[in-house]
Amino acid sequence: MAATATAELETVSLSNGLTCEVPSDSPLGKLLKSQRTWVGPNAKERLKLLRNAKSVAIVGASPNAARASYFVGTYLQQSSPYRVYFVNPMAETILGQKAYPDLASLPEVPDIVDVFRKGSDIPGVIDEVVAVGAKNVWVQLGIWNQDAAVYGESKGLTVVMDRCIKIEHARFNGGLHLLGFDTGQITARKTIR
Amino acid sequence: MADREYGFRTRAIHAGNIPDQVTGARALPIYQTSAFVFDDTADAAARFALQKYGNIYSRLANPTVAAFEERVASLEGGIGAVATASGLSAQFVTFASLAGAGDHIVASANLYGGSITQLDVTLRRFGVETTFVQGSDPADYAAAIKDNTKLVFAETIANPSGEIADIEGLAEVAHAHHLPLIIDSTIATPYLNRPLEWGADVVIHSATKFLGGHGTTLGGVVVEGGRFHWANENFPKFDEPTPTYGGLNWHGIFGEYAFLTRLRAEQLRDIGPTLSPHSAWLLAQGVETLPFRIQAHVDNARIVAEWLDADPRIEFVNWAGLPGHAHHERAKKYLPKGPGSVFSFGVRGGREVGQKFIESVDLASHLANIGDAKTLIIHPASTTHAQLSEQQLVEAGVLPGLVRLSVGIEDPEDIVYDLDQALTAATKGN
Repeated sequence: MAATATAELETVSLSNGLTCEVPSDSPLGKLLKSQRTWVGPNAKERLKLLRNAKSVAIVGASPNAARASYFVGTYLQQSSPYRVYFVNPMAETILGQKAYPDLASLPEVPDIVDVFRKGSDIPGVIDEVVAVGAKNVWVQLGIWNQDAAVYGESKGLTVVMDRCIKIEHARFNGGLHLLGFDTGQITARKTIR
Repeated sequence: MADREYGFRTRAIHAGNIPDQVTGARALPIYQTSAFVFDDTADAAARFALQKYGNIYSRLANPTVAAFEERVASLEGGIGAVATASGLSAQFVTFASLAGAGDHIVASANLYGGSITQLDVTLRRFGVETTFVQGSDPADYAAAIKDNTKLVFAETIANPSGEIADIEGLAEVAHAHHLPLIIDSTIATPYLNRPLEWGADVVIHSATKFLGGHGTTLGGVVVEGGRFHWANENFPKFDEPTPTYGGLNWHGIFGEYAFLTRLRAEQLRDIGPTLSPHSAWLLAQGVETLPFRIQAHVDNARIVAEWLDADPRIEFVNWAGLPGHAHHERAKKYLPKGPGSVFSFGVRGGREVGQKFIESVDLASHLANIGDAKTLIIHPASTTHAQLSEQQLVEAGVLPGLVRLSVGIEDPEDIVYDLDQALTAATKGN
């Protein structure tokens, strides 16, 4: 089961150097999607990232049960081994846990920062990630900002973008398979799923 | 996990079945259970709210069924699949998810008889109108589309006329109206054609036929490509709060997974035609040898069709692999390995000789099915298509003297021998 971000906007770099945002599922958005050049970590690298992580902070987490971040938060709390933190300056508690105003307030440096913010906010989030010393930023499904991804990598971060951390964790841990989705996983080794 | 895209034969055997972590069982375990225990109340609530993955009750999902679903999805190149109790129920849940009272469907007139009655009798009674399009010209489909049309439906290889759908052309027509193209690919199987690669959005199979392959087990499956934009004005249900699931928005929460998640969570929930775990096991086992069986099927079909075509006792052969078939060129484009192994032919002498022919076969089985390892034969006008009107029979290409053959994977010389002796018996005295 997937979870897309609340803000589904594609940041478009125009030839005159300006940028604008269009809905990522509009015809223009889809065309631009087909013209992407930045490629993030492959399945094996994403699996390694998820296996090595112990903690995840969700930036842009929402206390609203109908929002995608709520689905991801519930899944990570209950179906993953991670220590999960919620970051939202407007919320007191989310899913029974304290919500933090920013990454710097967390009790530890999270291994993965999972982001539910619109494309144009991503560079600012990356600066915050770098400032606290986290190493991996995961930009959720439906959010794309290629320049920000390149910028994050230039700062030494591993960047995953336009993917859902819930789907990717479930792809390697059986959840996706349980609902009949193709995981792309083929192995003759005993595997938790 | 290998950093490699495995091939079709490898995926037919492995996709969906990873050895069990606890027992190490290599074959697919059969989880013959109605329900699954929860860890605690929070776990139960989160599973019911679709906030996490997990089994609840086998009407909705079951691990053995999931293995079959993932295997077929992998072979079709789909994002996932939902299995059902039969091919007709796979169709029904799909139509029920997309169309309701006051809506309209555009479908080929050349469908399997049961598909025609599902649309023409039951769905019409529920207020869903269907326009059946004769021929296979995409322009005729375009002309049939109305403001309230919800989908376009056709078969890759029509049963029993042998017509080949112009999937690319139909996809273009459907997409120009923001409609999905739904293809029944039962006779083709993903070994011969993968409709999603030609622009179709949803693929449906009667898994009873070639996927299972041995005439043992009923089942169906719906595969989706994950590329159709469901949150368009034709499908408001995908883009509005869903009260039964806490106000979630299918498109907003599940993105490309929305169609199949909703099909499972709403249509399997409410209509309930679930595939049983034991049946899923039999079908998944069948799929392991799909590429080998289908190659043998089409190889035999070519031998039998060419032999029939050259026999003076035969009036016509509707197999698109023959140069004289109206869709021979189209078959070469969409089905280069061969246009399936189910086709029809006419015996000279009309209905009576045709019936005597069917009563004289000894190796071919006279029954109402296709896609068995065994050669199967039937007279559609009096059986599978008997509930159609004279007009519908003509539209579906089912002539009174027509015999339908599903060529099996026996020795081809033996299949030809049997047909030859039956033709001799049938035409004796003529």
